[in-house]
Amino acid sequence: MRNFSSAGLYLNTHLKLVYVFLYVPILVLMVLSFNKAGLPTVWSGFSTEWYGKLFENTAILNAAKNTLIVAVISTILSSTIGTLLALGVEKAKVSSGLDALLFAPMIIPDIVLAIALLSFYTMLEFSLGLHSIILSHVVFNIAFVCAVVRTRLKNFDYSVIEASEDLGASSFTTFRRITLPIIFPGVLAGSLLAFTLSIDEFIIAFFTAGPGSSSTTLPMQIYSMIRFGVTPEINAMATIVMMVSFTLVFLSQRINKGITN
Amino acid sequence: MNTSVITLSNLNKSFGATKAIDNVSLELKENEFFAMLGPSGCGKTTLLRTIAGFETPDDGAVLLAGENITHLRANKRPINLMFQSYALFPHMTVEKNIAYGLEMENLPQAEIDQRVSDIITMTQLEKFADRKPDQLSGGQRQRVALARALVKKPKVLLLDEPLGALDKKLREQMQLELKRLQMEAGITFVIVTHDQEEALVMADRIALMKDGKIAQLGSPHELYETPNSQFVANFIGHMNFFAGVIDGNSLKLPNGDILSGVNEQAATPATAGVLAVRPERLKVSRSHSHDLANGVSGKIVNIAYHGQDLNVHLAVDNQANTILTRISACEAEKLKLSIGEEIFCSWATEHGRLLTQ
Repeated sequence: MRNFSSAGLYLNTHLKLVYVFLYVPILVLMVLSFNKAGLPTVWSGFSTEWYGKLFENTAILNAAKNTLIVAVISTILSSTIGTLLALGVEKAKVSSGLDALLFAPMIIPDIVLAIALLSFYTMLEFSLGLHSIILSHVVFNIAFVCAVVRTRLKNFDYSVIEASEDLGASSFTTFRRITLPIIFPGVLAGSLLAFTLSIDEFIIAFFTAGPGSSSTTLPMQIYSMIRFGVTPEINAMATIVMMVSFTLVFLSQRINKGITN
Repeated sequence: MNTSVITLSNLNKSFGATKAIDNVSLELKENEFFAMLGPSGCGKTTLLRTIAGFETPDDGAVLLAGENITHLRANKRPINLMFQSYALFPHMTVEKNIAYGLEMENLPQAEIDQRVSDIITMTQLEKFADRKPDQLSGGQRQRVALARALVKKPKVLLLDEPLGALDKKLREQMQLELKRLQMEAGITFVIVTHDQEEALVMADRIALMKDGKIAQLGSPHELYETPNSQFVANFIGHMNFFAGVIDGNSLKLPNGDILSGVNEQAATPATAGVLAVRPERLKVSRSHSHDLANGVSGKIVNIAYHGQDLNVHLAVDNQANTILTRISACEAEKLKLSIGEEIFCSWATEHGRLLTQ
């Protein structure tokens, strides 16, 4: 018994240290975003003035708008395509090779995907701008949405589709009233994940963006600002982005778990 | 009762190299309770799915009241299927599940409400109308699946192993319940089952299937009392077989004794075959009884206690299979049998059937 409890104690300490390691830097950043003075390391009192400054900065607001456009459109597209893809591969029972290729865009290093997409656009003489970022985000998000929806489909009883048809429904009605509502938690979780990934994606957006500020996204804006040093303004913005991402991931997990319980 | 609803003519269906349905022709009559019985893989489910419209036969035709529906899609057929898994819609309440099929017919809301509430009463689901399927027990789910199919008032209701997921007590109760609902609704029920007892209790007619073919078609009584092959005799109930050589209406045992029975097949002289006789037809006695024409002696190898009766297994000389007899508890008390004893069992000629195949 003693061995077990001492092992438990070590593991418990280990777990706490991991959380400290993961979250203390982020916590420091969040605290400093409320720092009165413009210094990144010395605390000089509580203030929300940096959040105020943030909302007066037109460059940042423009970048935030671009990010939202990219995230919303790429989420809608990748959710639709990814869901249909998941339904198709689960029904067709594809070979393990093809199956691996579906997961690949999640594992391929972003930098490789970024270069590949840029070369591809150049080859096709495709103009660069927000639309090319959207398209690029759709590419990797399809894989994520598809993977999440497929986990939902693992417990899907396909006989309900036949039951619906047997009761007189057309294929479209069956999809709208039976299949989609049943897998909807998976679709929603997948799209929240896609939205989160799109919002803070930097490398691919950086490579496939057009010239000028018309296609600058938030991560790109932050990157260009920190070249002149980290300011509390950036801390404030990072805090907001992080809170949005954190909330969405949390929601996505809750939704996906919801029906299983 | 005699007009046919569904006619299957020369249906064939293969999956790769396996023939699931092998030239099956069959007539399903109005108002009858029909059972397709057979071991797994005999093609009974494929046949059911062909009638429902989920499988298209390779050749042959499916007629509904004389009209060819072979290539009509499932959603256009006035036939409903109750799925083995029940296939209830998990995101809808019991009431919504039942109403779904009527909504597909675009009926006025008042009529939908009326028919849903009628069927809910008929299947005793009043208390569960607002529950979702995962809040119901197996038996309740089964009733919802039944109600959902019945509410459409189909010409034919197909049931795929409807009682398979229920425990024994509930199954016996539901057998009578299904029979009652079939009579009340006045429609043809076609049930697929691997449980011979279920088929015997519920069905008006049974098609016993083997390897995609119908081995025998008839009433439960016909299949039980006059099986046409060893497969049928063996599949339905328990059957004792004495192996020997059949000649006309008699069977010669290896030791030279002659047993007599009924031979409905062409009296081909001297063919290897069996005499089949049901355990309950055997009369057990201590000494040779002359009331009955046929008899063998055997040594008791096992006695299994079943409460109301005892199953006594006998080993008979030169016979590979042991012979089973059932003795009522009262009779057993009088006889006081024990393992190793030699006893005698006898039966009337009309209860023995001679089967060559």
